[in-house]
Amino acid sequence: MTNKPGDMSCEEFQAQLADLIGSGEDISQHPHLMQCPRCRALLADLQTIAEAARQLLPAEPPEDDLWDRIESAIQSEEGSDSKP
Amino acid sequence: MSRTTSPPRAQTPAAKTAVEPQPDGVQSGSAAGASPASSVDDVLARAQTGDHHAFAQLYALHKRRVYSLCLRMVNNVAEAEDLTQEAFLQLHRKIATFRGDSAFSTWLHRMAVNVVLMHLRKKGLQLTSLDEAMEPTHDDGPGRSFGAPDLSLTGSIDRLALERAIGDLPAGYRLIFVLHDIEGYEHNEIASMLDCSIGNSKSQLHKARLKLRDALRTASRKDGRK
Repeated sequence: MTNKPGDMSCEEFQAQLADLIGSGEDISQHPHLMQCPRCRALLADLQTIAEAARQLLPAEPPEDDLWDRIESAIQSEEGSDSKP
Repeated sequence: MSRTTSPPRAQTPAAKTAVEPQPDGVQSGSAAGASPASSVDDVLARAQTGDHHAFAQLYALHKRRVYSLCLRMVNNVAEAEDLTQEAFLQLHRKIATFRGDSAFSTWLHRMAVNVVLMHLRKKGLQLTSLDEAMEPTHDDGPGRSFGAPDLSLTGSIDRLALERAIGDLPAGYRLIFVLHDIEGYEHNEIASMLDCSIGNSKSQLHKARLKLRDALRTASRKDGRK
């Protein structure tokens, strides 16, 4: 019995999905996806999540006093470096 | 005498024209007509010669993205601040060695990633055996999509819900998701940084996205009931 990609079960397809997505190739025309709305929806969700992540802006900036701590640490390092 | 510099508040108006710190570290255009890129290059060059004010300007330009990277990787404000401090201290020690082989921001962010990874290793996250460290238990594993019809995400995701879901990911999943999907590192780079296989990186990223999907759909259902 042949096991064509279109005959895959969802479980078999999803077991390969990490590699398929990770290949970077367009898998939208994969035979299983052409006939399986559930796996199409799954792929669309994963792509939506990845796209939303790419568009996340940086978080809030750190507290203002962080620079004071860094500056103090720099001065401390420079002070110890200059000691004979 | 103690030397203090306060970025960016201590900037003179002229300095602000030359280098305008942006929330995400993106260079702004210059109303004065000077090339912003060359202005930033000048700040970098001065910082490399030990100019403390220039280093403070670099901090102002890059603090938000470095802190954001640290915060998303460790999901703890105090740790993120400590790691941001350590990243800029390392930058101060090594800035003279920057030769421009890559963009400065790329170089700095890689340095920050390494600081965070070192921290996580010290905390005991076994980055060399990610599968073991990150493999979820059967009960909390990310859901695949068999059986009954699913509620799909609608194509737009609430930013805050996504941030919360990322913060709730197990540490190993969060690490790879942040590095790949937010910071834009490729699988081969992540594999090199984490000393794991490329296949492992792909697999863990996939599991992280599945887990996020579960979390977002759960949040969506809860919102729908309100």
